[in-house]
Amino acid sequence: MVATVNKIIPFSIVDGPGNRTAIFLQGCNLNCLYCHNPETRAKCIHCGACVSSCPTGALSLENKLLYYDPAKCAGCDTCIRVCPHDSSPKTADMTADEVWQAVQKQIPFIRGITVSGGECTLYPEFLTELFTMAQAHGLSTLIDSNGTLDFEHCPDLLAVTDGVMLDIKAFDCEEHKRVTGWDNRIVLKNARFLASEGKLYEVRTVISPGLFDAERTIMQTAVLLRPYLSIRPIRYKLISYRPMGVRMQYADTLQTPTGGQMDYYAGLLADGGFKDIIIT
Amino acid sequence: MRDISMQRVNETRENILNIIKSPVLTHEQKVASMANAADSLLEVLDLPEGLDELMNVPLDRKCICDLNEGHAPLRPRYIIPDYAKFMRDGCSFLQLPPPADLYEALNYLLIFYKHVPSVTNFPVYLGQLDTLLEPFVQEVDDATAKKLLRGFLLHVERTILDSFSHADIGPVPTRAGRLLLEVEAELQHEVPNLTLKYEEGVTDDDFAILAVKAALRAAKPSFANHRMFVQELGEDYVIASCYNGLPLGGGSYTLCRLILGNIAKRADGIEDFKSNQLPYVMDIMARYMDARVRFEVEQSGFFENNFLAREGFIHRERFTAMFGLVGLAECVNILLEKEGRPGRFGHDEYATELGESIIKQINEFNEQHQSPYCEVTGGHYLLHAQVGLSDDQNISPGTRIPIGEEPDEMIDHLLVINHFHKYFPSGTGDIFPIDVTVHQNPEYVLDIVKGSFRKELRYLSFYEKNSDVIRITGYLVKRSEIEKLRKGQNVIHDTTALGMGAVTNGRVLERKVR
Repeated sequence: MVATVNKIIPFSIVDGPGNRTAIFLQGCNLNCLYCHNPETRAKCIHCGACVSSCPTGALSLENKLLYYDPAKCAGCDTCIRVCPHDSSPKTADMTADEVWQAVQKQIPFIRGITVSGGECTLYPEFLTELFTMAQAHGLSTLIDSNGTLDFEHCPDLLAVTDGVMLDIKAFDCEEHKRVTGWDNRIVLKNARFLASEGKLYEVRTVISPGLFDAERTIMQTAVLLRPYLSIRPIRYKLISYRPMGVRMQYADTLQTPTGGQMDYYAGLLADGGFKDIIIT
Repeated sequence: MRDISMQRVNETRENILNIIKSPVLTHEQKVASMANAADSLLEVLDLPEGLDELMNVPLDRKCICDLNEGHAPLRPRYIIPDYAKFMRDGCSFLQLPPPADLYEALNYLLIFYKHVPSVTNFPVYLGQLDTLLEPFVQEVDDATAKKLLRGFLLHVERTILDSFSHADIGPVPTRAGRLLLEVEAELQHEVPNLTLKYEEGVTDDDFAILAVKAALRAAKPSFANHRMFVQELGEDYVIASCYNGLPLGGGSYTLCRLILGNIAKRADGIEDFKSNQLPYVMDIMARYMDARVRFEVEQSGFFENNFLAREGFIHRERFTAMFGLVGLAECVNILLEKEGRPGRFGHDEYATELGESIIKQINEFNEQHQSPYCEVTGGHYLLHAQVGLSDDQNISPGTRIPIGEEPDEMIDHLLVINHFHKYFPSGTGDIFPIDVTVHQNPEYVLDIVKGSFRKELRYLSFYEKNSDVIRITGYLVKRSEIEKLRKGQNVIHDTTALGMGAVTNGRVLERKVR
């Protein structure tokens, strides 16, 4: 199976426990206002809008197809900033086998891999194939997901997945729509299902005051998941909204929480039975 | 003893007067510097022909460096006393019985340390503190033990005024080891240096994570590949000074270093370097080291008269010496340039191969050379990747990739250095500042240590990128202390000046953050 890969980070500190190779797949079905990597949202449509802006000539358009030369790239990301379609010319279509080759180089320095995005569950067969190879070599496998794929209907994928890091962007359906453009019925179903299967590694909520009722989301999520904490401890990561990387039209309208607010929310989770709470 | 010129005498007198008048040196630093100046007037060693033009020349041409060990070594460079024997038997010279409890153990060790000489005049090895103290901590609760350890470590840091002083713990987790790690993380001292001897499966993850957390706050401990050191030096090895693997109850007579980049400058290409220049310089350095060793053993009287030897805390037969080198990166780059080949050390497979072939050649030379009085290491010196001097310019430590030229990805960095660590039983190592996000995931560092030691890496150090105490090259210095010294204030540790030089000349603060 083939997936469009935005980038592969050989050693990642922040994508799950220990040292992991993180693979970011291209394309997302949600449209979160605070998305901090909007260039992963859409696939390149080969429009060529970025070609002339590249200062090192790493991009070209031949026969209506965009070509990217990594050897010439200076990593300035100008192409990403000028892309009118929330995409990047630097993606590559790769088979699960090709991605696995790139992962293998890091063995034995990593304990696992994490696939993120974009929304990586847009490629469930690819994930199943990649994770099967990873697990066969003793690596743990994590999915970083917005929770819009119904995991209950993907037993093959779940069988080779050690854990899911699930976004609960808002508990209330209308609020979730306001933040992401989608309702959250499947997200919450996944939260319950994954927790009951012992596959919910982490839940994350991005906090931006005024955007949604964070207190309600945190309280209700805690109530929802509390019965499952004895099956497997679930980490709750509270993420402060930061404007870095966020699209200009939204960055100006969103608020950053104070440290005191974040501590308050962490306190709610502690009262709700969560032991592993992280604020970033 | 050979005569010297009156001009040299007068220059030395001038130098001594400058030391006396220095506004920056502390009293202890002045006394030590004056002793070195006096020693520089002696000419007693049987020097090999050709040494002078390789060693006593300007820095950019110097091929051999003896690290200012002096002209008449009155003691071995690094001395590794068997402190377990001291705990067991006490010391008759110091009139100390074996300690009976933790109070006495810590107090007696502090007394003992003041009588262990070295090239720095401070002890370079403070003992395997966890196993030394483990029997004694059993009698006290955690709070009492930590209070006593805090006092002990404070005393060490404020009286051992040089951070080339090293204590070890591990590989087996102990209560004393845990308490030491917790206290070190809290104190964030420059002295002592600290190593965790690590072996996967022997050192459990909880203990190792405690060590990682301490390292991220205090830039120590470093992690030593225990399995590798035991294979080469046996169970009775220690890590001392910067990161030097040495036999317990012995030490190293001397350490001299080849400055490989400057040797490469003498060559017209790779062939000339390997066939002529390198063998010529290695031979002279080895014979110079032989002369130093012979003087220490046969003439200095150290091993006959010092209480450490007389009472069996050290044994002449457990001493060896360290055949050092620096600047492999510059050497490879100069040779590639002379050959008209593209590529830089650290970024190019051919450069790595060339670098490894040079280290192999040095290793083969060392294994051929019969070194006097080195029975403990099979009659040969041990290779050592030296960390550099503060006034080194354009000379990278040992086999390290130059700061500012590190590969973008840490995996590529590790795979390059994996070619080199195995050749240096008496020490090598690489240092990685880590991003602040690591505090929420210290397992990241442990995974890198585990992977590295499953491969052939020997010794790794980490610190969090904003840490005040940082590892300069092989020793610890506080950024805040460097700032004091910059402003012309006195600082307590003589290594702060070395750190300041390394920050200026070696760009230590610009290491790539991982």
